[in-house]
Amino acid sequence: MKQNSVAIIGAAETTRLGKIPDVSEIELHCDAAINAMNDAGLKPCDIDGFAAVGEYAGLLCLHLGIAPTWVDGTDVGGCSFLFMVRHAAAAIEAGLCKTVLITHGESGRSRIGARNWNPERYSLYGQFELSHGMMDPATMFNVPFLRYMHDYGVTEEQVAQVPVIQRQWAAMNPRAFARDPLTVDDVLNSRMIAWPMRKLMCCLVTDGGGAVILTSADRAADAPTKPVYLLGSGESVETPLIGQLADLKSSRAYRMAGQAAFQSAGIDHGDVDHLMLYDAFAQLPLWGLEALGFVGPGEAMGFIEEGHTAPGGKLPTNTNGGGLSYTHTGMYGMFAMQESIRQLRGTAPAQIEDVRISVCHGVGNMFESGATLVLTSES
Amino acid sequence: MAENGRWIPVPTPETQHFWAGTREGELRLQRCKECREVYFPPRPFCRKCLSRNIEVFAASGRGTLLSYVISHRPVPGFDPPYSIAIVELEEGPRMISNIVGCAQEPDELVLDMPLEVTFTPISDDIFLPQFTKAGVTA
Repeated sequence: MKQNSVAIIGAAETTRLGKIPDVSEIELHCDAAINAMNDAGLKPCDIDGFAAVGEYAGLLCLHLGIAPTWVDGTDVGGCSFLFMVRHAAAAIEAGLCKTVLITHGESGRSRIGARNWNPERYSLYGQFELSHGMMDPATMFNVPFLRYMHDYGVTEEQVAQVPVIQRQWAAMNPRAFARDPLTVDDVLNSRMIAWPMRKLMCCLVTDGGGAVILTSADRAADAPTKPVYLLGSGESVETPLIGQLADLKSSRAYRMAGQAAFQSAGIDHGDVDHLMLYDAFAQLPLWGLEALGFVGPGEAMGFIEEGHTAPGGKLPTNTNGGGLSYTHTGMYGMFAMQESIRQLRGTAPAQIEDVRISVCHGVGNMFESGATLVLTSES
Repeated sequence: MAENGRWIPVPTPETQHFWAGTREGELRLQRCKECREVYFPPRPFCRKCLSRNIEVFAASGRGTLLSYVISHRPVPGFDPPYSIAIVELEEGPRMISNIVGCAQEPDELVLDMPLEVTFTPISDDIFLPQFTKAGVTA
């Protein structure tokens, strides 16, 4: 794909975020879509490409009055939106459509009109993993992590710093769900979920959504918003089965997505002004930093301890507060993208000075998928 | 689903051999007859060389503890705190399982410790493969 041939011209989250017990999931998609279309100064008749997961694309297009010539619904968990942005960019470049709307809505907390996770007892996951009492992300995501801690000499006290730092960013964000300052002791004293994971090392569970609108760089010049260009991207899958990870300390899907993104963008790590890493759990930013090559294997904890990802650091990361403190509906990737876009537009609550390149990395279905977008404000 | 709500696996044609095995006290794996690759989970072909010429064999039941969590969440059939582990079998493949027959504490669950399979009936037809410390009966 040609660098910067496509730009994001509309981006918005749902009007409310966090606890929304009176809105069905489909309407969270639509609320975000309306906000994004208003942001871009567009109407449904201007949209000719559509992508979403969690709800039938056709139902959302019926609701929103969209008649698309291109549709996607790549359902790979939390980073599905990053996959769909990449696919939308390719479609726009190929002339399959001109202007694409991608939506997310999830009643993760209130479960109003929500898509339920219903694994089958005859699935490979149901036969060989769920059968051992591994029923939810809090166990699934964290089973490999003890090996990481053991081999790299990382302690629980060190890992507890990740949620503390995320909370520092959230304190600057009026829409963050959790904003009160956290200490390492607070984290270590929180309820044990699945040793070594404690409650404050686990993401929030919230309601909300978001939407983005992409178009060609030419058409983006007429948009009322500051365009955010797609400089590079990558995507991959490895395995949704936790026992089948090839490397217990690193995800092949995350690595391959990151490599493709950096290569296609033609950037070095030093060029990155801002970073979004998917923090469903406290150890995931460690995996993200290493998968993307910002640090070598086992070096992520030291990098974080030195304050490089925290306010004032040289690589501001998860500046919205992340899944740990800002919001986490279940599929967090849309929110990671929204913060990258805000930082590049200059509209973020915890705005970093002079952000020209933001890398947004997401994961999905634990270790099934990884996707990385390199976004820039410079055409 | 069992009466207490416990999750009971349902075998498929490709996994019948495995669940027949655990019922008979065997941990069965598959091996490619062309390239000798041993693999899990079950599938009717070798993903390394794509051969459909594969065979089932009884594994030793020995493995090592690669990683785990100790879950505190109640799940039907499991009494918290209980371990959920990645076990690497002697023959190479890895699987998710539980370590049983010992206290579910970090001091007892030592990474890389040798394990042996044990089979736990969870329904009339399904015996779940779980692991004990080598030399310990559950």
